[in-house]
Amino acid sequence: MTTAVTVEQLSKLYRIGELQSAYGTLRDSLAAAGRRLVRRDHRPHDEDLWALKDVSFELREGDVLGVIGRNGAGKSTLLKILTRITTPTEGRATIRGRVGSLLEVGTGFHPELTGRENVFLNGSVLGMKQRDIARKFPDIVEFSGVEKFIDTPVKRYSSGMSVRLAFAVAAHLEPEVLLVDEVLAVGDAEFQRRCLGRMQDLSESGRTVLFVSHNMQAVSQLCERAIWLDKGRVVDDGRSAEIVARYLQSGSGGGSSRAWPDLATAPGDDLVRLRSVRVVQDDVEASAVDVRRPVGIEIGFTILRGDGQPVFPKIKVVDQQGDVAFNAMDTSPRWHDASAPGDYLSTAWIAPNLMNEGMATVHVGICSLGAAKLYPHAGCNDAVSFHVQDPGEGDSARGLFAGQWKGVVRPMLDWTTEER
Amino acid sequence: MTDTELEVREPSARAAEPLQPAPRVDRVTVIRPAPRWPHLDVPELWHYRELLLRLAWRDVSVRYKQTSIGVAWAILQPFLTMVAFTLVFGKFADFPSKGIPYPIFVYSALLPWTYFAASVAQSSGSLVSNRSLVTKVYFPRILLPLAGVTVPFVDFLLAFVVLFGMIVWFAIWPSLAIILAPLFLLMALVTALGVGLFLSAVNVRYRDVPYAIPFLIQIWLYFSGVVYAISALPERWQWVLALNPMTAVINGFQWGVVDTAPPELGKTLVSIASMLVMFVVGLWYFRRSEPRFADTI
Repeated sequence: MTTAVTVEQLSKLYRIGELQSAYGTLRDSLAAAGRRLVRRDHRPHDEDLWALKDVSFELREGDVLGVIGRNGAGKSTLLKILTRITTPTEGRATIRGRVGSLLEVGTGFHPELTGRENVFLNGSVLGMKQRDIARKFPDIVEFSGVEKFIDTPVKRYSSGMSVRLAFAVAAHLEPEVLLVDEVLAVGDAEFQRRCLGRMQDLSESGRTVLFVSHNMQAVSQLCERAIWLDKGRVVDDGRSAEIVARYLQSGSGGGSSRAWPDLATAPGDDLVRLRSVRVVQDDVEASAVDVRRPVGIEIGFTILRGDGQPVFPKIKVVDQQGDVAFNAMDTSPRWHDASAPGDYLSTAWIAPNLMNEGMATVHVGICSLGAAKLYPHAGCNDAVSFHVQDPGEGDSARGLFAGQWKGVVRPMLDWTTEER
Repeated sequence: MTDTELEVREPSARAAEPLQPAPRVDRVTVIRPAPRWPHLDVPELWHYRELLLRLAWRDVSVRYKQTSIGVAWAILQPFLTMVAFTLVFGKFADFPSKGIPYPIFVYSALLPWTYFAASVAQSSGSLVSNRSLVTKVYFPRILLPLAGVTVPFVDFLLAFVVLFGMIVWFAIWPSLAIILAPLFLLMALVTALGVGLFLSAVNVRYRDVPYAIPFLIQIWLYFSGVVYAISALPERWQWVLALNPMTAVINGFQWGVVDTAPPELGKTLVSIASMLVMFVVGLWYFRRSEPRFADTI
């Protein structure tokens, strides 16, 4: 086995200012340059941020490495450097063989072009040769399941369809080193299974895979090994099952589930402790959910004393813009009196066709009623998150419309029409 | 956690083509911090030639997909401009036109000029308008402005057909120098690419560029000898204007297609030198900014 990927002391520095005013007008920057000249301001910036710092690891051919960590831990930066989208500030990486990447599939799809034209365009963008694309074209189309619409402009596709087609192209790249970022967050359960199957095929045929995901189940199942990034550094590196377990125990989840096995360190006070939070759909844990079916937020907690205030579970759901979509708490009479000590598992069912497509983050709390506000006895912000998907089959709020659908919520309303 | 969600094997889904074992590889990519003095990686560009064609093809086909008269735009634009210029500058202002009828004089100048102007505009905006590509996949970024100067060539060819009609109508025949016309057009391409490389990189940081371009193009037109013959200016000014590569392009192109006086060698050399300076500066600035495109765009 030879080494496929060597990463040595890779670091990436961002200037916060640079990120904030990513682009300004010429005038702003001339003015700033003028100020610097006058003040002789050469101090190093105090707002520098190491998105990645001294990351080193090595992959042998055929290895499948999972990369986990919370948002902003540097996972995406690592992939961006390895795919050469951006350059590192320090360190180096050596990759043997062709690199293929699945970073947010659908890159370069042009809405005016047909599915067929986009397959060829996207294939070249991803580095395939024209004749390879032509050879694999039937497979790609079959894999995507959009045969009927292959000569329709992509702008008429539902988001689900274009994602499937885009993934199909990317999945047929067959590079020696494949970098994957969270593609499992897209598409329905059946399609996710196919994606995972494809990744497994690739790794079994000797390809090296680097897989970034929030889906802990997928990571522990697909990868022998995982590294855990936090604040740009490697915190842990080892067998994926162990790393995932430690990561989940640390409570830094942010994925579709989180657990605090040790009651003593779990969030909470002397009355109640949080034990676990999970996102479920159709009885299984889900990081991507179908908008048309109910989504459960399952909260496990332990009540320690029977003589405390009455407490009840509550959730707050925040959309990807950071706006609060809604608050909800269990108002059933069972919580009117103090509950008996013991373990409880409450599930809040989010109605179908309520949340709009996109990422939703859930804050959970076990609260008691105060005079002016709810008092949280045990709580966790950003406990879990999930991705709301619309397969675009015509039976959701967007009907057969495939364009952008705005709004925090997107209920299916009852419409009545009379002819007058 | 349950295991039911991930039944990873799905034999029915993939029956088609069994994966080949990964071939032995000899390609090694080394990723390092951006060098201080960038160079142009020509073998890499060659490797990506198919993508260049695809990008150009995409721009061409998207361009006319939703227009009602489609490719007729490529002919109408220079043609109507020619009519307007003929009226204003040829008839009312009576500008010098190298002794040939003003319509064919101005149209033969408008052809390379329109190509140049469209190339500058298209390549300058190429990085920002392909933002999603720049932030998500790697390829030599230079392909984008390069595709930007390729696409207007299609319009050029279409508009060229009208020139044939005018040649017959006015009975003004091309000279043997027409075989050099592609070289002069190449000069327009290199100049436009130099400007486009520079402005596209500037545009990543400063969104002022789209506002500046129409203005720049308009001013540039008046100093390129499109609407009047440069040869009618005082000698001193002709030398100054030779710094603008487009004067040589238009003189040389007209020399071939409508048999006007050949461009002077000295002034043409000045133009070529000026073109090379623009190209090298543009390329240098582009390559120097390139490592930060994905972060700042």
